[in-house]
Amino acid sequence: MATVELSFTALPAHVRTARLVATAVARRSGVDESLLDEVRLAVGEACSRAVEGHQLYCPAEPVRLSLTDLAGRFEVEVTDTCAPFARSSGGPGAVADRPGADPAGSPAGAGARVPDGLGIAVIEGLADEVQISETAAGTRIRMSWPSAGGSR
Amino acid sequence: MDLKLDHHGKDGIEIVDVEGEIDVYTAPRLRELLIELVNNRFYQLVVNMEKVEFLDSTGLGVLVGGLKRVRAHDGSLDLVCTQERILKIFRITGLTKVFGIHDTVDEAIAARRAEK
Repeated sequence: MATVELSFTALPAHVRTARLVATAVARRSGVDESLLDEVRLAVGEACSRAVEGHQLYCPAEPVRLSLTDLAGRFEVEVTDTCAPFARSSGGPGAVADRPGADPAGSPAGAGARVPDGLGIAVIEGLADEVQISETAAGTRIRMSWPSAGGSR
Repeated sequence: MDLKLDHHGKDGIEIVDVEGEIDVYTAPRLRELLIELVNNRFYQLVVNMEKVEFLDSTGLGVLVGGLKRVRAHDGSLDLVCTQERILKIFRITGLTKVFGIHDTVDEAIAARRAEK
């Protein structure tokens, strides 16, 4: 069972809340202070990606975040339920080519979106361990960092 | 903290002061300001990020978009940032090679003048 579970409406405003909760739980789980910024940024990236997909394909569905304090590891799981988003973006790490994205794939376009792969690249650059998998419902991003553990 | 934006001219260059968090929620406001400045013919920009507390890939996209817009007018967009936690995301994404990143606004202005 996760230490803390959060599900939130797929709105950009709630991504900040998710970041704050994740950082607070990471701190309590004994994640080193020097890693908390990385946790905050990586969780924000994963949640932003999920919110974007939900807004395009399933705005009524919540984004789910689970934070688990395992023995010596702090694990974060962000799950979306927008399978079409994963497929249209060619799977995790692919460059976005989907409704709403700039036709030229340029961040200078009307939406000024960055290709999906950049958010994933940031996550992979920040998290100690990353696992990105497609489920029947959508995409699951699992990230973890070392922690002192045992503070459930 | 929410996002606070301000801008002023200095030595012919428009300085954009950004304070707070630039993320998927607030980045559209920064994008709108950069577009407004370019539409008002400000093509030499320095974005002062010394008071930015958080920046994600959405924010990076807005900055890259701004750079592309000013470059279309032979302009420039330089950054002022000394915070390691903000610089880290530029390094991870390789954008340190795309932007001129300076320690102070005066240094950014001087570097721009030197290139002219």
